[in-house]
Amino acid sequence: MNILLTADFGSTFTKVSAVDIDNKKIVGVAKSFTTIETNVCEGFDNALKELYAICGKIKFSKKFASSSAAGGLKMISCGLVPDLTAKASKMAASSAGAKVLKTYSYELSEHELEEIFVLKPDIILLSGGIDGGNKDVIVENAKKLASIDSNFSVIVAGNKTVSGKIAEILEKSGKKAIVTENVMPEFNKLNILPAKEKIRDLFIENIIEAKGLSDIQKLMDREIVPTPLSVYEACEILEKEIGTLMAYDVGGATTDVYSMAAGTPTMLNVVIKGLPEPFAKRSVEGDIGVRYSISSLLEEAGADNISRNISVSVKEIINWVETCKKTPETLPKTETEKKIDEELASQAVLISANRHCGFFESYYTPVGETFMQTGKDLSDVKYIIGAGGSVINAENPKKILEKALFSPLDFSILKPKSAKMLLDKKNIFAAMGLLSREHPKTAVKIMQDEFLELGNDS
Amino acid sequence: MDKKVTLVLGVIGADVHAVGIKILDYAISNAGFNVINLGVMVSQEEFINAAVESAADAILVSSLYGHGEIDCRGLREKCDEAGLTDIKLYVGGNIVVGKSDFAEVKETFVKMGYDRVYPPGTSPETCIRDLKIDFDL
Ligand code: B12
Repeated sequence: MNILLTADFGSTFTKVSAVDIDNKKIVGVAKSFTTIETNVCEGFDNALKELYAICGKIKFSKKFASSSAAGGLKMISCGLVPDLTAKASKMAASSAGAKVLKTYSYELSEHELEEIFVLKPDIILLSGGIDGGNKDVIVENAKKLASIDSNFSVIVAGNKTVSGKIAEILEKSGKKAIVTENVMPEFNKLNILPAKEKIRDLFIENIIEAKGLSDIQKLMDREIVPTPLSVYEACEILEKEIGTLMAYDVGGATTDVYSMAAGTPTMLNVVIKGLPEPFAKRSVEGDIGVRYSISSLLEEAGADNISRNISVSVKEIINWVETCKKTPETLPKTETEKKIDEELASQAVLISANRHCGFFESYYTPVGETFMQTGKDLSDVKYIIGAGGSVINAENPKKILEKALFSPLDFSILKPKSAKMLLDKKNIFAAMGLLSREHPKTAVKIMQDEFLELGNDS
Repeated sequence: MDKKVTLVLGVIGADVHAVGIKILDYAISNAGFNVINLGVMVSQEEFINAAVESAADAILVSSLYGHGEIDCRGLREKCDEAGLTDIKLYVGGNIVVGKSDFAEVKETFVKMGYDRVYPPGTSPETCIRDLKIDFDL
């Protein structure tokens, strides 16, 4: 028998699953608390014990792992113009599975330098200027980053003319600097793969150890990958089989959105504006989550608004928010708590959908109406997949995911018009991403079998 | 040419006349300039963003549909604001409605901070000649 083990080290739970490769099915899944503060292996052993209790002792043919423990892969991206290189570098970091804590543009201010010091990123992606373009700002920013007393690594992906000089400046201050291709070598041309590769390399070389995952790494047959990257790869492989899709992973700290679609215009008379976005796009909202980031989610969604939507008093909502902040492991128990938790997950989907999808503006010209589209037009996307505790355990997950659909309330946002809804009920998304590198067909088959289709009645 | 001059080119405002700048782009690129063509319906902000990232030497604004005066106003001030203090601004096409006296039109645009103002039907060669003068080529 060819049984493979996948393990995902989350901020709260360590999840393991045993996959039967030949029969393309999941043998068992189990979880236990992540023990990154003491010894991460404890939590892993506990989860394994749980798994063995379900399906007996197994000899695994291979073991793969992903991790978002210890804050995940924390990155900051810097660029020059907000809509150009700053956006490109944020996209590069997001596509590598990082949690992008902040994105800065233009010359860094004193305040921003302090912020970087406090945020303690693992990696900073430094870009700015197209090749042969502006070089003053990126050089200045390199000097400023060099002055921060913190041991982050820097990936230099800006104007190639000054890359060497920048690496020198950073290395002199004792920081690791890795030079790669510009995230925007020519105007409006996105080139994020080289930076993505370097982020992956750094994660393997430095971050795994820094996060206390070395012992786990020794037990595995392949390098540990950041969990969001694993989900990204699962989405990529699934799209090839079933067609265009979006996925929403509503977590405690962040809400991650993935779209696997070209995003080309579906309307007539459209002029495309802004940075062209990649077919496989991930965005991560660091201020939108249902536990650690619940305060900023509430602020963005508005307590009054939520209270109106579900007829629960503002006081009850605030109480729930306080509880979640204090003890992020809390699960909703009472009817009211469940209602609030679901509504907050709905708002997380709504806000992150509106940020991820493209939008249009219309102009009336003497020859008729003309549209300008910025970002991806996802109107025709066929599937929306829901993941994350608050979504999969909700009584009405479909209602949450419907917030990802087009709405007349914000008609200019190009969200899917009608899409089939799927649910990652067993929490296997990241595991399937791990599997997909070597067994793509098996991974796709299992996702098709295990993802729950949300019909009209559920 | 030993030094490469970078130009940002586009049709400003809600203007969709796409043919003229295709020809300009082709001719000016062939003359050895580095051209960043933003296409049609370009806002002032887009011109500036492109010029900042590329450290452009000049912005070439085209306007055909008659609203040039409104669309072009304020670009120089925005450039100053963005730190593009030495950048040259050129404008051409059919920049105002009808056949107004071009000397007056030119004065208006020069006051708005444009370095070169062209009448309708200006050939790309005229522009290339001026670029060479302005950038000592
Ligand atoms: C084709 C055309 C259209 C097409 C455009 C299709 C497209 N997507 O490109 C359509 C039908 C959409 C159209 C619409 C309109 N058009 Co029209 N259109 C024309 C037409 C017939 C040809 C333009 C063209 O392509 N010329 C060929 C190119 C190569 O020449 P060019 O654009 O002038 O550019 C050259 C030079 O001017 C110069 N140049 C241009 N910009 C710059 C910039 C710099 C810095 C320099 C140095 C040089 C330079 O170099 C270029 C290359 O040699 C002209 C009339 C004409 N014969 O010029 C009217 C014309 C430009 N349109 C006109 C008008 C009014 C309109 C409309 C407002 C209304 C209408 N009646 O339909 C709408 C506006 C739509 C909008 N929002 O932009 C007027 C403008 C009047 C004015 N400014 O006083 C014109 C002059 C017709 C007229 N005589 O009334 N139009």
